[in-house]
Amino acid sequence: MLEKTGVPAREQVEAVKPTQERLAKGPVAIVECFQEIPCDPCYTACKREAFLPFEDINDLPQTDFEKCNGCGICIGACPGLAIFIVDESYADHEALIMIPWEFLPVPAEGSIVQGLNREGEAVAEVKVKDVRSAGKNKKTSIITLIVPKEFAHDIRSIKV
Amino acid sequence: MDKAEILVIGSGPAGLKAALSAAEQGAEVTLVERDPFLGGQLVKQTHMFFGSKEQYAAERGFKIAEKLSREVEAHPGIRVLCDTTALGYYDDGVVSLEVKGRFATVKPQSLIMATGAQENTLMFPNCDLPGVYGAGAVQTLMNVHGIIPGKRVAMVGAGNIGVIVSYQLLQAGVEVPAIVEALPHIGAYHVHASKVRRMGVPIYTSHTVLSAHGKDSLEKITMVAIDQDRQPVAGTEQELDVDVLCIAVGLTPLTEILFQAGCKMVYIPELGGHVAMRSDTLETSVPNIFVCGDVGGIEEASAAMVEGSIAGLTAARNFGYGKDSYEDQLAAARRELDSLRSGPVGEKIRSGLKRLSSFGEVTQ
Ligand SMILES: Cc1cc2nc3c(=O)[nH]c(=O)nc-3n(C[C@H](O)[C@H](O)[C@H](O)COP(=O)(O)OP(=O)(O)OC[C@H]3O[C@@H](n4cnc5c(N)ncnc54)[C@H](O)[C@@H]3O)c2cc1C
Ligand code: SF4
Ligand code: SF4
Repeated sequence: MLEKTGVPAREQVEAVKPTQERLAKGPVAIVECFQEIPCDPCYTACKREAFLPFEDINDLPQTDFEKCNGCGICIGACPGLAIFIVDESYADHEALIMIPWEFLPVPAEGSIVQGLNREGEAVAEVKVKDVRSAGKNKKTSIITLIVPKEFAHDIRSIKV
Repeated sequence: MDKAEILVIGSGPAGLKAALSAAEQGAEVTLVERDPFLGGQLVKQTHMFFGSKEQYAAERGFKIAEKLSREVEAHPGIRVLCDTTALGYYDDGVVSLEVKGRFATVKPQSLIMATGAQENTLMFPNCDLPGVYGAGAVQTLMNVHGIIPGKRVAMVGAGNIGVIVSYQLLQAGVEVPAIVEALPHIGAYHVHASKVRRMGVPIYTSHTVLSAHGKDSLEKITMVAIDQDRQPVAGTEQELDVDVLCIAVGLTPLTEILFQAGCKMVYIPELGGHVAMRSDTLETSVPNIFVCGDVGGIEEASAAMVEGSIAGLTAARNFGYGKDSYEDQLAAARRELDSLRSGPVGEKIRSGLKRLSSFGEVTQ
């Protein structure tokens, strides 16, 4: 599926998801990187050592969800734009997600945008809570969205 | 006629690193580049690079070019000649150049070839209509000159280049209604493919472009599903209104000068075409002629930089520069290169290099 369409299979996505218990505790990084490629900036970016050490640069990233506090620093370091933060502790029916964004326009804080799934289909209207830059010269924005909880693990992009 | 200790042809990541490594050892280097600026392919790469810290991972390509170019221009041991095309190689070791429209010659004691590659094309009815572009041209228009090539662009090729250029088109506000790929799978890193997919761009694997249509310029393409034997499947034709078709179906090493110099060349499909046989320090069958980067096999900027270092260090060592530190630096570069090529996506390059070495060894 992934190698034919660019959309990861359900099982792949499930396999990298933290436990329900960890998700309920607060923000955590979900790393949707499923192919061994020569790449490791996620590992070197995290100051909390939440990525297990890479023996080889081709290793798949593996996260220790207990060490991760969902700070989002790794999002802007990942050239694959494959890292997302999900915070299910935000509210009863809403979750926060953080996504990388490299397009114009950059949505305004407080605005309503379309939440897109991994296939680029609009699944829900979502509110932009916060927009920040991934650091000087990075030019990637990190956008925090308020999304209906049932879509916290589906929405991975937006249409402004 | 000019003399040069080391002449580097091409200023992509391979040539820049080769020039720097050789000059840092104390050698005198002349670097020629046919474009008006240094950087090669890197200048057009607005996305973040993969790799590891040593190869500037997570930096954008053009930033890497800026950094290396600054170092090269500031180095007293490197003479930089832009707008300078290397034209040919003569039996007596003379290289002819066109320097800003004027003819010149130079006789280097050592030659490092870092000319990179050129794009492959695709044949189909009306493939010569205005609006049918190579991916390199589209990137140059957009990322060097700030001009969008059209409003709706279909991409042919789902390798890294096709997928990344599609992403850059989306960033420029251009619609991309399809990425068409003849293979049954996506060749690009899957994270790149997912990136364009979640922006709504469909990727049609096992499909090809049957024909292009338009009166004065491209208006429409017909695409079709293909079977295992690459034959069109009747009844699956689809028409797509587009004003640009962008072709990204691979690269071929730019090796003319290596042929002229009499380097032993072999055809290795995994490396993109004819490449020079070389020693493990990248010296070809002609002593003191080196290859590094895409000219030796289509790979990545990360590997091109490490190869550039190996070629630069060795060329300098051959004249007695940096003898003491040579072995250590070489070993470190080798380790980097092995690790870059070690994973599943390095399989193609590994098998290509294996096939190349099966034609015999070059020892210098
Ligand atoms: C869209 C795209 C995305 C890419 N993404 C990545 C990535 O994420 N990570 C990565 O590691 N790599 C990436 N690459 C690959 C990378 O850009 C190339 O592998 C790399 O640039 C090769 O370096 P090189 O120095 O061998 O050749 P080039 O960069 O092609 O440079 C060759 C230079 O030689 C010059 N030249 C050629 N012939 C002559 C002559 N006769 N006289 C004078 N000058 C000459 C050319 O003008 C050019 O400047 C990407 C490539 C493309 C096209
Ligand atoms: S979100 Fe922060 S703590 Fe968690 S893995 Fe990324 S960088 Fe590390
Ligand atoms: S930085 Fe991103 S693409 Fe690279 S290994 Fe880590 S998660 Fe994968």
